[in-house]
Amino acid sequence: MDGSAPSLLPRRFADWFAQRGWAPRAHQLAMVEKGLEGRHALLIAPTGGGKTLAGFLPSLIDLATRTPANAPRGIHTLYISPLKALAVDVERNLLTPISQMGLKVTAESRTGDTGISRRQRQRVKPPDILLTTPEQLALFCAWEGARLYFEDLACVIIDEVHAIWPSKRGDLLALDMARLLTFAPNHRRVGLSATVEDPDVIRRWLSSGSESEVDLVRGSGGAAPVVDVLLSEGQVPWVGHTAHHAMPEVYDAIRRARTALVFVNTRFQAEFAFQELWRLNEDGLPIALHHGSLSAEQRRKVEAAMARGQLRAVVCTSTLDLGIDWGDVDLVIQLASPKGASRMVQRIGRANHRLDEPSHAVFVPANRFEMLECQAAREAIAENALDSDPPHAGALDVLAQHIMGCACSEPFDLEALYDEIRTAGPYRDLPWEDYEQVVDFVATGGYALRVYDRFARIVRRPDGLWVARNAETVLRHRLNVGAIVSPAMLSVRLAGRRGTAGRKIGEVEEGYLDVLETGDTFVFAGQVWRLVAVTGMDVLVSPAPGEDAKMPSWGGSKFALSTFLASKVRAMMSDAHHWEVLPGDVREWLELQRDRSAIPDTDEMLLETFPHGKRFFLVAYPFEGRLAHTTLCMLLTRRLDRAGVGPIGFVCNDYALAVWSVRDMGGLDMADLFAQDMLGDDLESWLAESLMMKASFKACALIAGLIERRFPGAEKSSRQITFSTDLVYDVLRRHQPDHLLLRCARHDAARGLVDVERLGQMLARIKGKIRHVTLDHLSPFSVAVIVEIGRQRAPGEGAGEMTLESAEALIAEASA
Amino acid sequence: MSSCLTIRVGDVEAVCRPSGALWIEAARALIVADLHFEKASAYAARGQMLPPYDTRETLTRLEAETRAMRPALLVFLGDSFHDASAEDRLPQNEAQRIGALAAGRRLVWIVGNHDADGPRRLSGESLPSLDLDGLCLVHEPRAGASRGEVAGHLHPCAKVRGPGGTVRRRCFVTDGERLVLPAFGALAGGLNIRHDAFRPLFSRRPLAGVLGRGRVHPVAWASLSDD
Repeated sequence: MDGSAPSLLPRRFADWFAQRGWAPRAHQLAMVEKGLEGRHALLIAPTGGGKTLAGFLPSLIDLATRTPANAPRGIHTLYISPLKALAVDVERNLLTPISQMGLKVTAESRTGDTGISRRQRQRVKPPDILLTTPEQLALFCAWEGARLYFEDLACVIIDEVHAIWPSKRGDLLALDMARLLTFAPNHRRVGLSATVEDPDVIRRWLSSGSESEVDLVRGSGGAAPVVDVLLSEGQVPWVGHTAHHAMPEVYDAIRRARTALVFVNTRFQAEFAFQELWRLNEDGLPIALHHGSLSAEQRRKVEAAMARGQLRAVVCTSTLDLGIDWGDVDLVIQLASPKGASRMVQRIGRANHRLDEPSHAVFVPANRFEMLECQAAREAIAENALDSDPPHAGALDVLAQHIMGCACSEPFDLEALYDEIRTAGPYRDLPWEDYEQVVDFVATGGYALRVYDRFARIVRRPDGLWVARNAETVLRHRLNVGAIVSPAMLSVRLAGRRGTAGRKIGEVEEGYLDVLETGDTFVFAGQVWRLVAVTGMDVLVSPAPGEDAKMPSWGGSKFALSTFLASKVRAMMSDAHHWEVLPGDVREWLELQRDRSAIPDTDEMLLETFPHGKRFFLVAYPFEGRLAHTTLCMLLTRRLDRAGVGPIGFVCNDYALAVWSVRDMGGLDMADLFAQDMLGDDLESWLAESLMMKASFKACALIAGLIERRFPGAEKSSRQITFSTDLVYDVLRRHQPDHLLLRCARHDAARGLVDVERLGQMLARIKGKIRHVTLDHLSPFSVAVIVEIGRQRAPGEGAGEMTLESAEALIAEASA
Repeated sequence: MSSCLTIRVGDVEAVCRPSGALWIEAARALIVADLHFEKASAYAARGQMLPPYDTRETLTRLEAETRAMRPALLVFLGDSFHDASAEDRLPQNEAQRIGALAAGRRLVWIVGNHDADGPRRLSGESLPSLDLDGLCLVHEPRAGASRGEVAGHLHPCAKVRGPGGTVRRRCFVTDGERLVLPAFGALAGGLNIRHDAFRPLFSRRPLAGVLGRGRVHPVAWASLSDD
């Protein structure tokens, strides 16, 4: 035990540790010390290091030792988690030490699922510790009792802060934290984070001014994880996303482990892997499925069985990325490439919550490019080199929502609120002009044509303070709070007689089943179903056991390959000595590429032109992720069109892009074609018309409160919203192109949906370094992207065969 | 005229224009449905500040049509105003532009469910329906078979899946007996023509005239998708 423990920990706490046979960890004591000193703190520790307890210890000590009050007190500690489930889970875990130490401390969670009576009681009689989500906090801050409710606040704990801060939810949370600082100026902020590349970015985000306000505490790293890449010698396919070839090996690994988590990148992969594993499951091992589309009840069942140690494996998506305690996981399997080193480290952290033993993970590449990527990720993890998000300026649509919330809570002074907002990390540099524009937007929509003054949502009183127009305005705002704009969810239900809707099986996003026709079969929740009808918000299905199912989509990962990992893959590829770590068939594939075409140097971009079928192809390998490639293709095809080569189509994956045309592109000036100036007018004119801009506008309009998703008594289907926001977008673009929300939409689309920044960096990187190879036929590398051409539509078993056959023909041609 | 789609409604030849307007050459009549003037301000009054540019946008499109076709008769096929007080909210400039549309021609406002009384101050005559050389112009399609009926009200739109992805556009829809016009208003939403509301209107599978960029595409029923 650490020598300073007795002086730092009150007797009751020290005894509790001793009774459990535990020694408080150094970082837990350090956090207690920061608490006693009244310092803000960021704790960075791997999962399983007693991080949550470290966050709560100072509060528990404070609560256990404070003098009894005469009057009822408000919230002492507010705990914010990105996941509802995590808030509930932490409540459970926190109650154990509280009851074992016999502390008179109340801790309660409050999420969107919390019942009305409990919520009302929490308002009247606040618990000492409240565990909740950013959205619930935003709701609190839009409540007229907010200031009084939080005036006793001593501590705010932000869990999984690394996952929250880079997003719009992070912006919203930062604004509400600034609000809390106004209500209770002396409270402490505590951030709990997984290992990150640059902690200072988070310290700055947590602070109200500079990162020096927030002390950094590091947990010990624990044993380094053991990561293997499944080599599947002689079997790694040229193309594909499912790792079908490796399922027997995966099953074998599960059989040898105590409990395994099998991570995949999409729900389709989850369904597929689950089916395949059960096909192989001769031992009848309890293998379960967990992803965001399953009904909450089903997920809870899986989680409970897992906690009881009854499962041998769970196939899951990112729903389990964050730190819910899962008990005895000793193996993490990543099916298909992880796409980023940091995400992988967190996933690996799910295994073995005992720090002294190494976590064990196995990567299962689904194709040969992924073999390179998995090896690069393995090396990055071994070097402890992680990818990271750069800081960003807070989004203005989120600010609009926050300002409306402030007005719902109490009258505000324009300048005082501006000063408060700038104490929120992402809004530190907010210009006054932008702020004024947002306030104007909140009031009357921010239109040059001033016709809505009489309808203003917030109005300036004679005393100069701003207030919400009336009670109805307040009510409507509260119904629409939140910064997650997810697509509307349809319920998947059993079809009853005469087309009625029966038991709910799960939920899917609108558009998820777009490629299916009535009568088609598909896999969902681990079973095969037939699509009977879509009525309103319900997808009606009937069981179709034993039938061959269509997969509604067959895309690869929804995550882009991180810039960091991409550069590692390029480096590994260009260095033939490095190929030693790869299995023989993948090495041969690289050698074949070297002999038939070329292997580019680390800083080069390989570009191939060749005829194939009746078309001419241009294939480039920027390794910048599907998003950036898609944007690049949109822009390239415009240029190729002007060059008169008649581009017909394009296709992309994470590594490469292919454009095909009527005429040969081999003679074009490639430096000119890939010149950086394509990010000027071409980008703007394409972007303005693109569906991405419309989608991004819709999200901004919902967050900013221009369009309401919900109003008293009814929920609008987002299909109706889609249609009307598109019209609104068109009208606004023609009549007020500089409108605030168009600016927001442009910014978001460029940042998230089309990855313009990354594209710009890439174009700068390859300037003067395009390695153009002219070929007679397709190259080994190009097969992986060309085969995607036929993939737009979902292959069922039959179509899958066709796809495979065509892939075989392509491979034969490339090897000829 | 190749960008338009010429159809027969009852015994009359009618031209579906890419703007969503209908042209009857014999009567030199231009017909537009569901203009929904001042829809945005109706929403703004309830707290959703939609851009206050919808009326001028709708008028700009309409003026382009009257310039191109020089109609002798201009018919607004109902729901020309989004709500009963829309006329009062109409900015002066837009009111003048509507007045100018009536100059030198006959302007008829067929009344609809959103604007049951028709305009109070603006020029033109209000009628519940209008018979025009074998056609009957009415806002809401009437129950039962109705040869030669031209109506609006339903805001038809079509969803088509193709190699370029799925598109959902406004459309004309007709079985040769009856025709339903797309909404013309800039912010007017749409109802998929595979919706049950359309089923009783047509004796056989109707044809959709889908509005594309500068063209009306005839699309057969079999190629249409549900929402």
